[in-house]
Amino acid sequence: MSLRSKDLVGVKDITPEEIELILETAAGFKDVLGRDIKKVPALRGKTTVNLFYEPSTRTRTSFEVAAKRLSTDVINIAASTSSVVKGETLLDTAKTVLALGADIVVIRHGCSGTPHFLAKNIDASVVNAGDGTNEHPTQALLDLFTIKEKKSGIKGLEVAIVGDILHSRVAKSNIYALIKLGAKVRLIGPPTLVPDCLKDLGVTLYSDMNAGLEGVDVIMMLRIQLERQGKGFFPSTHEYFRNWGLTAARVSRAKEDAIIMHPGPMNRGIEIASEVADSSRSVILEQVTNGIAVRMAVLYLVSGVRG
Amino acid sequence: MSLLITNARIIDPSQKMDKVCDIVIEDRKIREIHAHGARGRGQGTKGNKEQTPAGGDQVIDAKGMLVVPGLVDMHVHLREPGFEYKETIKTGTEAAVRGGVTSVCCMPNTNPVNDTPGITEFILRKAIQEGSCSIFPVGAITKGQKGEELAELGMMFDAGCVAFSDDGRPVMDSLVMRRALEYSRIRNMLIISHAEDLSLAAGGVMNEGLLAVTMGLRGIPAQAEEIMVARDIALAELTGGRLHIAHVSTAGSVELLRTAKKRGVAEITAETCPHYFSITEEAVSGYNANAKVNPPLRTIGDVEAIRQGLHDGTIDVIATDHAPHHKDEKSGEFDNAPPGISGLETSFGLSMRLVDDKVLTIDQLVEKMSCMPARILGLSGSKGTLKPGADSDLVIINTEKEYVVNASDFRSKGKNTPFDGWNLKARPAVTIAKGRIYTWE
Repeated sequence: MSLRSKDLVGVKDITPEEIELILETAAGFKDVLGRDIKKVPALRGKTTVNLFYEPSTRTRTSFEVAAKRLSTDVINIAASTSSVVKGETLLDTAKTVLALGADIVVIRHGCSGTPHFLAKNIDASVVNAGDGTNEHPTQALLDLFTIKEKKSGIKGLEVAIVGDILHSRVAKSNIYALIKLGAKVRLIGPPTLVPDCLKDLGVTLYSDMNAGLEGVDVIMMLRIQLERQGKGFFPSTHEYFRNWGLTAARVSRAKEDAIIMHPGPMNRGIEIASEVADSSRSVILEQVTNGIAVRMAVLYLVSGVRG
Repeated sequence: MSLLITNARIIDPSQKMDKVCDIVIEDRKIREIHAHGARGRGQGTKGNKEQTPAGGDQVIDAKGMLVVPGLVDMHVHLREPGFEYKETIKTGTEAAVRGGVTSVCCMPNTNPVNDTPGITEFILRKAIQEGSCSIFPVGAITKGQKGEELAELGMMFDAGCVAFSDDGRPVMDSLVMRRALEYSRIRNMLIISHAEDLSLAAGGVMNEGLLAVTMGLRGIPAQAEEIMVARDIALAELTGGRLHIAHVSTAGSVELLRTAKKRGVAEITAETCPHYFSITEEAVSGYNANAKVNPPLRTIGDVEAIRQGLHDGTIDVIATDHAPHHKDEKSGEFDNAPPGISGLETSFGLSMRLVDDKVLTIDQLVEKMSCMPARILGLSGSKGTLKPGADSDLVIINTEKEYVVNASDFRSKGKNTPFDGWNLKARPAVTIAKGRIYTWE
């Protein structure tokens, strides 16, 4: 089996079977990462370009490590140092990247839909590393991979996603992925950041954190973007933590074996208490490690479609 | 020059006419309409105007075709001066006549803004030199369209502006809008409202709702429009000014207008555009920037309410909000694409679907696309009518002939349309504007 598309632009656009394929492939690559020589020649001679229009350390590094483990050449282009600042259009930049011989373009961009636009307009495989407030598919896939490792399955799990759902591409991709694999999803946060219309996706909405966490298997915290402060979505980070910060007392509402996730980087004391982040329930660092295996799987599978 | 059009089914709501007749045109005016073959017998007119076209003058046999007064589009962006790479007075009016439009109102959001008589005069001079159809400028309500100080409305009116609007932007300050509606009474001038509460729209790029959330795009709620429609109705009541609401897109706005009209509020009129009664927000799926427009495409419920509003007379006018943009601007990041649809060349075909769907009769359609806008703009003596003495602006249409919309064939520089590839009917076969005959079929 292989993926249907040369690109991975969103979880929205792939089937449950494709998700399973990526996760299975990632499991194989995770074994590789545990070996002495952590490298396979699968994509030798191919070129991966990381085209990042937004600052990112962990996602870019994770893709870079994944690409190198697959033996592709990696070129990192950060928008601030490229000719983008000289006013070059997205398409011109992408065509230039293509002319340099890119086989895979990993793009992060502040505007939603940018990977979709690129995918339609260039022959290389396009992998979405986060677009605006739309999707961050590889983050959701690595989250599923981590949940699967810990819970030995996704179907029927109660998963709570807490925080700024409206602006979170991580939350969006996770919602689609979890629903596709049969989990029950709860969204928790202030109504200003959890739009009512999301109910139509078949998820349950909570503004009361304690009620929302009752009996869940997985608690997925989101980063509160500090630039949202002062835009009226919530009065202060202090009040935010009082209502939606993950404290030990709130964790106790969840199932005893519930795991705690966070895509990072964390704001300790704003959305998550330090002792919770560092507790044995937390799988936050495992998420980072799994990210490499999942991104290897994605890069490998999309280039397989192109042949 | 004289021209005889024979055998045409003439639909002219301005004189409640729907019959097969001949039309005589002379010196860029409608000379008369008479029974076929009467050759100049002034039918039902006083006197005995013996008028036969001189030998060698042109005759068009319009058998089986419809002849209607040239369309009057009261909402068009011609982009000149300042944005000639998007459209010019020349190309915009060429697109107009291709679409059966013989009079356009051009919006003032050019560079410089049409906020002084000098700019108005520039546009009118260019219109005479390069325009394929008649052009009636709309002046800015406020200087630089900044929403702060009134522009020289009276002097611009005297220079030829037929209405005033800060279109593209609302007049956010209620006091400034009040003053505009009050002051406009000096010449009984028309104020056109771009109804959008910018703070509530909050930089949105499409309709608010599940689709926007799941596409990761900022939404604009219907209320951003409705709050301003309600405000401007209230201000029209307060001031007695003449108010026209541009590009109505929501069910709530239709209802606000309906109750205001029922209440008998002064003089309020409203327009909508073909895209608001033809397609929904689904058209932006896949980040199709050619379906990005302001106000945004809404839901099926809104589309139905707009159609109902057209049917019951709540919405008086169909205008295009023709907003041509360059291809480069519409490709790339959806967020950064400017809003707007190039509409002049599809507007009649899309509107004819309302007749097929029995939303409007053909008479009502012509009324809303020609007679009524001419009346609102104070042009009904010369435009939007085929009465003797009126300008010889008219369109000959084969209403049954189908065609496929091909954006790359647009006369307009703006190829930005979500209707590319659509099957439509009733493309104009002949348009007569400014005394010139444009024949395509």
